[in-house]
Amino acid sequence: MARVVVDVMLKPEILDPQGQAVAGALPQLGIGNVRSVRIGKHIEIEFDGEADLDRAREIADKLLANPVIEDFTLRVEELEEADQ
Amino acid sequence: MSMRIGVVTFPGSLDDRDAQRAVRLAGAEPVALWHADADLHGVDAVILPGGFSYGDYLRCGAIARFSAVMDSVIKAAGDGLPVLGICNGFQILCEAHLLPGALTRNEHLHFRNRDQWLRVESTSTAWTAGFQAGQEILIPVKNGEGCYVADRRTLDELEGSGRIVARYVRGNPNGSQRDIAAVRNEAGNVVGIMPHPEHAVEALTGPSVDGLGFFTSVLAHLGAHA
Repeated sequence: MARVVVDVMLKPEILDPQGQAVAGALPQLGIGNVRSVRIGKHIEIEFDGEADLDRAREIADKLLANPVIEDFTLRVEELEEADQ
Repeated sequence: MSMRIGVVTFPGSLDDRDAQRAVRLAGAEPVALWHADADLHGVDAVILPGGFSYGDYLRCGAIARFSAVMDSVIKAAGDGLPVLGICNGFQILCEAHLLPGALTRNEHLHFRNRDQWLRVESTSTAWTAGFQAGQEILIPVKNGEGCYVADRRTLDELEGSGRIVARYVRGNPNGSQRDIAAVRNEAGNVVGIMPHPEHAVEALTGPSVDGLGFFTSVLAHLGAHA
């Protein structure tokens, strides 16, 4: 088994009202030095056998991210023996 | 023979029955289409209704776009089949790249549910030919992710080519860029609209009967092209 991690984030120019709402709540936690918060998605894809980066990129490009508003990055994550 | 207009039901669709009813009131025969059935059953036009297809998981419309019926809708739209996406249907059309841009979380984060004034700006579509350019209409809007966004070049191109079908007037309910409520494809057969014309087709249940114009427009369009 192998895991590929895909992180999807709104493009910088796209407004993130969820992140703004979270940032707006931070003063109530007594935190005053946060300039901004942006929220994205973290997706873990597990393959049978080897990590298939090409296929993971295809999944991310076609389905996980909408290129109009989002960017994505992907990486292979090494699995600990205990996870296998 | 009356025109047959397909209304797709996805898991999580809510407004399919209202859309069918609007089709019937306009004088056509509604045909129920199913998300897992690629067969369009010979319909003359297709409506993608509002709701929360596939639970809005991942992004609104993102999973519906890969359903069996959408493969057929995308192909048929390319051949000129009139397609109207309402609310979640608009989101699906954007995800399917039949329309530019995307619908994102309302700017103020609140779900908005109210009667909304729109100005019809493009009447050169299969679904709005029965309106007057500049006509103001009142139909319900109800969405949490209806904020239309696209890059500036796309927005300029939409404006320059008259592809903004309707704009919000007397208040923008969701922060949509340039007050965009509805857009069309280049050919004018595909239209996506955030508010709900199918909820404004009868005096008893709607704020007006302005929504009926979308459904009678497509019948006139189909009649003229038969």
